[in-house]
Formats: sequence, C-alpha cells, structure tokens
Amino acid sequence: MIDRVFRGRAHVFGDNIDTDQIYPGRYLDLTDHREMAAHCLEGASESFAAAFRPGDIVAAGRNFGCGSSRENAAIALKVRGVGCVVARGFARIFYRNAINLGLPLIVCPRLPEVAAQGEELEVDLERAELRNPKSGLAVPIEPVGDYAMRILDAGGIKPLMLAEGSR
Amino acid sequence: MHALEKILAAHAERDSVRTGEIVNCRVDVAGINDLYPQAMYSFREIGGVRVKDPERVLIFLDHYAPASTVRQAENQKQFRAFAREQGISGLMEINEGVCHQVMADKGYSRPGRLIVVTDSHTTTHGAFGAFSTGVGATDMACILKTGQLWFRVPEIMRIRLEGSLQKGVFAKDLILHIIGRLGADFAVYRGVCFEGSLISQLSVSERMALCNMTTEMGAKAAYIQPDAVTMAFLKDKEIADFTVFETDPGYVYADDLAFDASSVPPQLALPFSVDNVADLREHLGVPLDQAFLGSCTGGRLEDIEAAARILRGRHIAPGMRMLIVPASKKVLRDAISAGYIGELIEAGCTLVSTGCAACLGTHEGLLAEGESCISSTNRNFPGRMGHNKARIYLASPAAVAASALAGSIADPRDYL
Ligand code: SF4
Repeated sequence: MIDRVFRGRAHVFGDNIDTDQIYPGRYLDLTDHREMAAHCLEGASESFAAAFRPGDIVAAGRNFGCGSSRENAAIALKVRGVGCVVARGFARIFYRNAINLGLPLIVCPRLPEVAAQGEELEVDLERAELRNPKSGLAVPIEPVGDYAMRILDAGGIKPLMLAEGSR
Repeated sequence: MHALEKILAAHAERDSVRTGEIVNCRVDVAGINDLYPQAMYSFREIGGVRVKDPERVLIFLDHYAPASTVRQAENQKQFRAFAREQGISGLMEINEGVCHQVMADKGYSRPGRLIVVTDSHTTTHGAFGAFSTGVGATDMACILKTGQLWFRVPEIMRIRLEGSLQKGVFAKDLILHIIGRLGADFAVYRGVCFEGSLISQLSVSERMALCNMTTEMGAKAAYIQPDAVTMAFLKDKEIADFTVFETDPGYVYADDLAFDASSVPPQLALPFSVDNVADLREHLGVPLDQAFLGSCTGGRLEDIEAAARILRGRHIAPGMRMLIVPASKKVLRDAISAGYIGELIEAGCTLVSTGCAACLGTHEGLLAEGESCISSTNRNFPGRMGHNKARIYLASPAAVAASALAGSIADPRDYL
C-alpha cells in the first residue's frame, strides 16, 4: 500500500504544462530511466533541476500533462523522485501513464489557495485535503478512484499484472 | 446509448455500458510507434512472452523515419527484431508514413472498430466511425499481453457544425476556431461527436483533420457517424467487413454546442498553446523563417494540392524555407502523379521523407532560437519543433503556402 499522506516542498507550475515541457522531444530516443529523469521538466523551468529534492511535490494548474502520449514524461517524474503531482486537472493519457507507473496524481481544483513555491505541502488522502502547514490553510482534493487506487497500492500496473498472472 | 458507448459495449461483450464505469475491452487494432520501445520492455516486465494477437498489432517506424541518430536506429532495430520474433507481419517500415495516415490508406480505420495506438492523435479514426484513442507504452504492453485494455466509459459531448466553409477556409481553421473558443482542456476525458449540416460536405481528409485535433481539447475519442462519404471511401478500398453503430434517438449529451462554419475566417494559433487562437488577418505580416506542410493533421493529398494551387508558377520569398512532408507513401505517390511535387519543388520547397519529420522536434527541419515557423501541424508548444524559444504558428495548409510566398503571415484568400 502507498502512504496516505505525502509531505514535500512544492514546485509550482501554471496551466497546460504539456509533455514536451515535462520531457522534451529531443530526448525521446533515450531508454535508460535514470538518463531520462535528468531531463524532468526541463522545458518548463530552468531552476527545477537544481532546486528539486526527492519527495518534493509538483503542484500545477489545469491540464497538466497535455499533449503527447509519451510515457517518458511520467517516467521522468517518477524516477526523478517526485512524491506526487497535485494539479487542478490532468490530461487523460498522462493520467493513465502516471497511475500505471505508480505515480500518484491528485486533483485539487482550489490548489492555488494553498500552494506556494518552495513551501511545504501535505496531501492527505484519508481526509481528502491538501494542506499548507505554514499558512495552516487546507482545501479539499478529489478522491482517487478505486481502480486507480488499486493500481497505486500495488506499486503500479506491472506488479499488479504480475500478481494477477501468477494467481 | 451513444454509438461510441455501443462500440465499447460490443468489445466488452456487454449489452450496455454506463458513463464513468470501467470496462475491459478487446482491442481490434493496436498500433505502436517507434518512440515507444518501452512498450516492448514493459511487455516483458509484466511477464509477457508471446503477444496475444500478433495479427492485430501494427508497428510504425514513422517518428524517426529514417533514423537520424544511432540511438534511433537501435530503437528501430529492436522493433524489427520484436516483430520477427512475435510473428507481427504489420510492421510498417520507414517508407510507409505517419501511423494515422497509413492506417487510413491501408484500410485499418473502419467503422465500429476499437483502435488503440501509442499516439495521442489516435482520435483521428473517429472520422471513420471508430472508437479510437491514444495510450502510453505500459497500457500498450497490457494489450500485447492480453489483447485487452481497461477503459473508463467517457462522457460524450456534441459539436454541431452548420453552414458551409467560406472559400479559402478549411476544416483546420474551423477546429482551431473551436479549440480557441473552448480551451485546451474543455474535452478532457470526453468523447466529442461532430454532427450538423457541414459534415456531409467534408471530405474524408477534412474529417480526419477535425477529429485529429480534438486531442488538443483533451478528448479521449472523436466520432463522426459514417455516411455516404465514408461508404464511398470504404468501397473504393473494397472494404466490406465493418459494423456501423448508431446513437439512440434522444441520447442526452454532456454538452451540446453549435458553431456556424460560414462565419469563420482563416484562423491562426499563436505561440505557445493551441488554444491561443486569433483570426489570421489580425497577424498579417508577422515575419517567418520556415513554413512546414505535413503531419497527420495537414500532410494529406488535399493539403499538398492546396499548397500547389497557391505556389504553382510562383516562388517562395527570399530567406524563407518551406518543407513538404507527405503524410504517407500513398500521399507521396499520388502527389507525384498529380504533378504537385514537381510544382512545389519549382516553387522552392524542400521535399522531406514521409513520416513525422520535424512535427515533434526530433529531426528534419528543426528551428533555431528566435526563429518563426508557420505550420499545418497540430502543436505549437515551447520546443515542439526545435529550440524552446522558436515560435510556431498553426494554420491551414493554404495559409502555410500563402505565408511562404509572402515570407510573413499571409491570408490564403489573397492568393486563390
Ligand atoms: S505527425 Fe506529428 S502529431 Fe502526427 S503522429 Fe507524427 S509527431 Fe504526432
């Protein structure tokens, strides 16, 4: 089972962060996941790579992950060590890719009220809220669907399919 | 039920499905392109040994056609070996073209089919009355292993298109206009059904452009009810094996919108998002370095013809370059026979090998820092066609040709 509470510093992004920004097309022929992770969010922010610590949270606006179906975008975030992505909304192929890889995606329409660059955030799946411990503010998050939660709890679709295959 | 829901139900061997429910469906056509060796790796990681239905699998060597780096070549080599080992006869070599066009040309796109490709613009095949959607590599691995995939039954919205397109205005302009109005996330997780009196006037090529770009609104699938135009296309290919599903009368859409096609002038999507749309005339004269005509959105025979009609007997502006990338081998062959390619080369255009080319910014026509390009493709995100600070303007193929002539953004109606 995955944790029900995630804590980490927020890296804040705007609306429509597309997969070309999360993982630029010129690196698409890389297949080594570590090498891929080095380019995580390279097209969206010049400071992200230096400021990021594993476990940090990516906080974004609407339609995060729009654009191409490249799983490389989700792989880069996951392998870089992003704890979870909280956004006002996600594009659908990216959503499937991330959940399949076991990267939690949390929808929070009121995210801008609590997320501030570099400040701590707490995602609480049990109480379905997103908190900023510094300001003390909390806003609701949308529950993760049962099907997606099952995949996340298994650590991704691969372990799940292996487990089901051996049953 | 909607026709899209009926397709899902039929493939889940169910009488009916409900919006929001998760169903496991048998996939008719599963396409992998050469960006996704991860699909093969994931297939092995989930314990895959033999591909369940190799005759339903297509592999497209299109995004890197032909390979420009050793790494791309290695990736393609792995695909060829995988196809041999798994008995996948549907491997489309680097000479075939962009996956979606190849699927239409070769008759894989048919009414009633469930089509899944590792490419976001898979919505294209809704133009033929299929349920078609894009997935990532690991979803594809599940299909390779089991022949099936889970789908959440989407909400479905309708866009009614009435009236007729003005001269010099194309389906591309109309869909840019719609995306500009609705926004890049309006249709996320939804099916988009096009209806209305305009549809019967649109060619298969125009319908594909329309459905292709619903991806830029976030759509999961697009749909156009098969009609006489669809039937003529299928008959021409001698395809008789398909099922047409029809939406029940009184079906209630999650959203119901209408657009008057007659009132839409040529459109332009400005950097750096597809929903940043304006009337093209408001930006006449913006200087350009490159014009790009190609892709699964705007690289078909009709698109090349539109460009040839404008460039015939003329020459592109000094300092300007124009790339022509036929979407498939068939498109290339037909464009050669019709004389368009010769005319375009005389006009100063550069012919690039069929495939995705610079559309996704990996090779064959990338942009330098600060350069501007007008393009018949579907995305203008930062870095999409090269440098992060290059600017991409999306427009119709005719507008691309007119702008290449002028060396700056130009209205195709002034050249027709
Ligand atoms: S032509 Fe462009 S949009 Fe179409 S499949 Fe290729 S890269 Fe994607």
